[in-house]
Amino acid sequence: MVDGKPNNEQQTTNNYITMKLYLKIWRQKDASSPGKIVDYTLDGVEGDMSFLEMLDILNEELVSKGEEPVEFDHDCREGICGTCSLQINGEPHGPDRLVTTCQLHMRKFNDGDTIVIEPFRANAFPVIKDLIVDRSAFDRIQQAGGYISVNTSGNTVDANCIPINKHDADEAMDAATCIGCGACVAACKNASAMLFTSAKVSQFALLPQGRIEAVERVQNMVRQMDLEGFGNCTNTGACEVECPKGISLTNIARMNREYLSASLKG
Amino acid sequence: MGILDSKIPSGPLADKWTKHKNDINLVNPANKRNIDIIVVGTGLAGGAAAATLAELGYNVKTFCYQDSPRRAHSIAAQGGINAAKNYQGDGDSNYRLFYDTIKGGDYRSREANVYRLAEVSGNIIDQCVAQGVPFAREYGGMLDNRSFGGVLVSRTFYAKGQTGQQLLLGAYAAMNRQINRGKIQSFTRHEMMDLVLVDGKARGIIARDLVSGKIERHSAHAVVLATGGYGNVFFLSTNAMGSNVMAAWRAHRKGAFFANPCFTQIHPTCIPVSGDHQSKLTLMSESLRNDGRIWVPKKMEDAVAIREGKLKPTQIAEEDRDYYLERRYPAFGNLVPRDVASRAAKERCDAGYGVNKTGEAVYLDFASAIKRYGKEKAMTSGIKDPDEATIIKLGEEVIEAKYGNLFQMYEKIVDENPYKTPMKIYPAVHYTMGGLWVDYNLQTTIPGCYCAGEANFSDHGANRLGASALMQGLADGYFVLPYTIGDYLSKDIRTGKIPTDSPAFDEAEKQVRNRMEKLMSGSGIHSVDYYHKKLGKIMWNKCGMARNAQGLEEAIKEIAELRKDFWENVKVTGTIESKNQELEKAGRVADFLELGELFAKDALQRNESCGGHFREEYQTEEGEALRDDENFKFVAAWEYVGEPKDAKLHKEDLVYENIELKTRSYK
Repeated sequence: MVDGKPNNEQQTTNNYITMKLYLKIWRQKDASSPGKIVDYTLDGVEGDMSFLEMLDILNEELVSKGEEPVEFDHDCREGICGTCSLQINGEPHGPDRLVTTCQLHMRKFNDGDTIVIEPFRANAFPVIKDLIVDRSAFDRIQQAGGYISVNTSGNTVDANCIPINKHDADEAMDAATCIGCGACVAACKNASAMLFTSAKVSQFALLPQGRIEAVERVQNMVRQMDLEGFGNCTNTGACEVECPKGISLTNIARMNREYLSASLKG
Repeated sequence: MGILDSKIPSGPLADKWTKHKNDINLVNPANKRNIDIIVVGTGLAGGAAAATLAELGYNVKTFCYQDSPRRAHSIAAQGGINAAKNYQGDGDSNYRLFYDTIKGGDYRSREANVYRLAEVSGNIIDQCVAQGVPFAREYGGMLDNRSFGGVLVSRTFYAKGQTGQQLLLGAYAAMNRQINRGKIQSFTRHEMMDLVLVDGKARGIIARDLVSGKIERHSAHAVVLATGGYGNVFFLSTNAMGSNVMAAWRAHRKGAFFANPCFTQIHPTCIPVSGDHQSKLTLMSESLRNDGRIWVPKKMEDAVAIREGKLKPTQIAEEDRDYYLERRYPAFGNLVPRDVASRAAKERCDAGYGVNKTGEAVYLDFASAIKRYGKEKAMTSGIKDPDEATIIKLGEEVIEAKYGNLFQMYEKIVDENPYKTPMKIYPAVHYTMGGLWVDYNLQTTIPGCYCAGEANFSDHGANRLGASALMQGLADGYFVLPYTIGDYLSKDIRTGKIPTDSPAFDEAEKQVRNRMEKLMSGSGIHSVDYYHKKLGKIMWNKCGMARNAQGLEEAIKEIAELRKDFWENVKVTGTIESKNQELEKAGRVADFLELGELFAKDALQRNESCGGHFREEYQTEEGEALRDDENFKFVAAWEYVGEPKDAKLHKEDLVYENIELKTRSYK
């Protein structure tokens, strides 16, 4: 997957042929129980189905047999809430690029494929049940400094009072697009959260409103990131490739710069 | 006028809010530290309210079923947020935003609430920019605007096609700052199972920890419900899979009146249903109607050929296309309000001109916008006499910069390239204007129980204009509720902490446990989804885009039967004392099965057509909605008395002192 292209992009026309799939799914009762891979066979899968709709069908079958369905996180099912996760055949959010698992469609797979489905793996993301992991470490990184300290008053200055260069505003927006899904951590051999943390640091570093607390912000967020047990960045770049929102590695470089300059000032 | 007191302040419309803020009681900062507030739901309304209340000094507990407040479904709002800033100098004003909203809502909302909304809209933009929300900007560094349906000015602020995401992350950041200060305690993966009343006042909730299954008691001096809409009663909607009515419905059962449940917004531009496996529908933002033109073939034989796959839309000549919105509504064209656009699409498809294999789709075409932008771009780039290919290339770049994420989303789902061939779209359930009845202070009919955002009924009447949901959510959360709740809490400064070991909490917890045990004890024939899908079919066919008395009467009966079947025969796997997604779904569907019946009853009593509520018996010769101001110029607020079909109707008459009621026309 080094070239960043899906495995079987040419197979996009098999929409109406149904597929039989061999699923190997991680099942784990709760955080304290050991987990294992369980095999399932699923027939009648259509190309127009999303990956999660395929799992819905499996779950309907399991429920009808009185078995416990496979639990997985999901909510908006349109690629923006960041709830869905899943390591599919070893890749966060599966083989397609710039999509979350909920946007991945079965037309990317072939009849007879074996699909291995696991939770995101990282020490800082403990498994809660089956494919669900606890990503509250991300919230705690944001709580350490991912904000601008301004109270709600209705008396802040007019929104057009400080003009912002369009290029900076666009770049801030690109960084702010992060959905906090955790694919960057799951893709990284060090389970580093640098891409996630740097996206927020960058958004505010690029805006005049964010400059005021820039020194404290980067120091506090990086400190919390380390405390949560995420690994270091070794510039492999897997995070950028797997990020469903295309968050750029440039943000990590910017955070390093911010951190260095904060250390010199601090 | 019955027992409903809307508490609208006296005085001229434009002065009401200022006067009210000056008149209401305040709580001094030292006393705020002794007062607890529970906020259920952490979307725009709940997140903004929680952050602001904590900034003021109250102790706040927030609850959300998601694993983080950042994932509330406000995040999926795409197009933008309205504000009467008049940055474009096109004649916008608070009054004009107020007027557009009342008219867009087909004269079924409260003047005073809507004016206040327009009045604080500008503050929202100021606040969000100060928080670091990266709105789109022009080259001069100023904020950019676009247009939305039902208005003639450009007042919509946006952040690409992800405005809801950026505003929610702003509110989430404001919350995080307060969590870091210890002023907000955030309970994630928690669901509110019931509201607890002590001596008639809302004093807490029973919640379930969705990871451990543990039932918890939480007390407070007031409870704010900001739990969103109930569009998932239709099973298929643009709502998130977890969006539900449980918190609002539990409050309704405890005495909060439910207002105008039948006012539902069917959004005209969603990706059509592709098959039975479908679990949800995806919206294509209304902002696309700024540049996209909606059409179906003029000739029946072309429509048939397209459905059979023998003809492509790009092969149909310009004169053989029916741009039906531009034809029927020349003044507003493709930017008519959502209810009008949805019905027009349904009309064409019902007449046999639909363009996908199910016959339920129309085209949204960007070819002419691509050419227009391409020519403009070539001109500004100094390219003389550009050829067709250059124009299209440049035009596609402009379209990509504006709507890139939406086009990508479409391509991933449908597997067609919308730059090269028109999008196929069809209406889908999107937003619910109805909700818990609230007074001017956003208080429900239960003292101490407040309701904000989509969960309340207050501002959008019978139809919401685009880019107004974000505006209302943030207005309620940042600028209205934090003031008005203080008036109520000023009487609680000597109350002290509310104990959770009272008989009221005991009883509420017992009821919650009994209900879950009952859900687990079904005979186990059908899954929860089976019932949810069945309910959705009844709702869509009989309470959807067009309704009639006979269908609604059938719906009431069928839903009651389905509910009985559900409680007897549903199959819920797993246990109560553990993580159990089937049990979570079962509890939500059980409440939808009650709400659906009230929905149909409300639609049946409203013998008129207005906004999103279209009764086939009440239409003009041209098929436009026929409103009846004489008999139905009121808010229908329902009191729970047992079975939903027995609910008792209370009417709040709507008084229009500043706007003349007219037939809504977008021609």
